[in-house]
Amino acid sequence: MKSAVIVFPGSNCDRDMAVALEKITGQKPLMVWHQDYDFDKVDFIALPGGFSYGDYLRCGAMSARSHVMKEVVKRAEDGVPTFGVCNGFQILTETGLLPGALMRNANLHFVCKDVKMTVENADSMFTNAYKAGEEITIPVAHHDGNYFADDETLDRLEGEGQVAFKYAQDINGAQRRIAGVMNARGNVLGMMPHPERMIESPLGGSDGRKMFESVMNTLG
Amino acid sequence: MKARIFVTLKNGVLDPQGKAIEHALSNMGFEGVDEARQGKFIELELSETDRAKAEANVDEMCRKLLANTVIENYSIELE
Repeated sequence: MKSAVIVFPGSNCDRDMAVALEKITGQKPLMVWHQDYDFDKVDFIALPGGFSYGDYLRCGAMSARSHVMKEVVKRAEDGVPTFGVCNGFQILTETGLLPGALMRNANLHFVCKDVKMTVENADSMFTNAYKAGEEITIPVAHHDGNYFADDETLDRLEGEGQVAFKYAQDINGAQRRIAGVMNARGNVLGMMPHPERMIESPLGGSDGRKMFESVMNTLG
Repeated sequence: MKARIFVTLKNGVLDPQGKAIEHALSNMGFEGVDEARQGKFIELELSETDRAKAEANVDEMCRKLLANTVIENYSIELE
């Protein structure tokens, strides 16, 4: 599986993502600097965490309008599996590839800890290696992870199985404790928790590994 | 021409920062503040001289970048 990690000025989880992808897929990912938007064809695109463009205006707002994201949106719309973690999730909502928005945590605190979350949909290309309802532990580290969408959108997301993960307990005020959502087609996932930081026991656990393995199962 | 843009959270969207401001004001002894909502103010200096064109242009800027219309409203003043 050939993958790409998109790197913006201010990304800081790009190398963690690259290590996880290389360990699990056996292939070094392409590191794509935001100005090099004409990058090779890949099977999987990852948008890493960080503070791209210093979170100016809104988290992810500047990156979402960058040239490289125009290319990523085009490829995601063509069906390329696309995955955003933390700031990557914020960027995906800002592009409109994913519904909703990520607001300042309701308690105004930066939350940095391991959290328990449940797998809400275990049939997707990103979650098929998990069991439905499985409780997993993945770290979060964010200030703006408070997922918001209007009730009609939330009902639709839940009804259509687009909610991939929910926090077991409320940690940031997110509507319906949503931690990760997918687009209607199911080839774009955004999540606040960092599965790339939980891929082997020396890191504290390996619950994040199955996220990447799911994609590999799907792509074969 | 100058454009002044006010970006505010939509009604019904929780504003934790506004809440914190409201509490701080109350703790400082300012009475009678029933609610505080925090937003953004953006000022643009435009070379456009046609008012209608400027307004349409700034409106598009708001929709495409300056406001996230999932959670925010905006208003524009031209001068």
